[in-house]
Amino acid sequence: MAHQPQSTPPTGPATRQRLLLVLPMLLAFALGLFLYHGIGKDPNAMQSSLIGSQVPQFAGETLLAPITTVTQANLLGQPALVNVWATWCPTCRAEHEFLNQIASQEGVRIFGVNYHDQRASAQQWLLELGNPYVFSVFDPKGVVGIELGVVGAPETYLIDAQGKIIDKLTGELNERTWPPLRDQYLALQAGVDNAQ
Amino acid sequence: MRNSMCFGLVKALMLMLLLASSMSFASIETYQFAQPEMAQRFNDLTTVLRCPKCQNQNLADSDSIIAKDLRAQVHNLLGQGQTNDQITDFMVQRYGDFILYDPPFKRSTLVMWLAPIGLLLIGLSVLWFLGRKPAAQAAMLTPDEQQQVNNLLDSDQQLDIHHD
Repeated sequence: MAHQPQSTPPTGPATRQRLLLVLPMLLAFALGLFLYHGIGKDPNAMQSSLIGSQVPQFAGETLLAPITTVTQANLLGQPALVNVWATWCPTCRAEHEFLNQIASQEGVRIFGVNYHDQRASAQQWLLELGNPYVFSVFDPKGVVGIELGVVGAPETYLIDAQGKIIDKLTGELNERTWPPLRDQYLALQAGVDNAQ
Repeated sequence: MRNSMCFGLVKALMLMLLLASSMSFASIETYQFAQPEMAQRFNDLTTVLRCPKCQNQNLADSDSIIAKDLRAQVHNLLGQGQTNDQITDFMVQRYGDFILYDPPFKRSTLVMWLAPIGLLLIGLSVLWFLGRKPAAQAAMLTPDEQQQVNNLLDSDQQLDIHHD
């Protein structure tokens, strides 16, 4: 006489309800993944809008020889780095030895933009810490900086032999941040060698 | 006599302090404009342009070197007779859409513009599902299930009668 409770397979609406229960969890998980992805990202690391375009026109004195005027044309001929630096910038001090290293050991061509600085202290800095630069443009008012879209020091631009901006690094150049730039630099160099 | 001199000195010192404090609150630099209308445009532009370094401030609010430079640049471009659009373009060309507090709608800003609408839609659909629940349950019984329920109810009634 007793009725066995009949177990019926889940019907359509019931599974849909169960899915609905799981849905908020999935959404929360997706949101968590998205936020986790953002952890450790540098909010200052912005894609430069000048990547792919020519180095903007500028004219300025060099740091060491005030009578020498340099322009964007002086950067051309070989791929190179353009490094924005200043004596008031602690990160610039931190990366300076590394710049010396890649300039002397790897033969990387580096140009400097001495940004919002005083000539005497900047010259003193190069005497004390060494000079990795082919030359540094003296830019006390940040005029060259604005043309380049510089936000702050240090910033390092990679340009090709024709002066096209290939990549930009915001922040310290070191063992960790250099390799991706180096690969591009070497590729550019190989391209120049092949053309010759 | 000596007392009054002392008092005068204190007054002078206090005045100096007052001036010093008001100076530190004043804007960092002053600009001259050919027309008063330009000053208004300068204020408008430095309010809608974002400081690229200190990311939660506009150009007008920020003390950073780059904000100061860009304020000077805005002033300079205004003096050259450029329109607001030309000045904005100048900034975007160098610093990207990032520098705009009101960035244009395009592929790279798609997520930013559409995310709030998407979240709103998710919220609304959750509300809709919650509100729909009772109706859904009522409709969940198929004719077969209804028959089962009826059978169960019937058998219970029979049992009750039996016990009585």
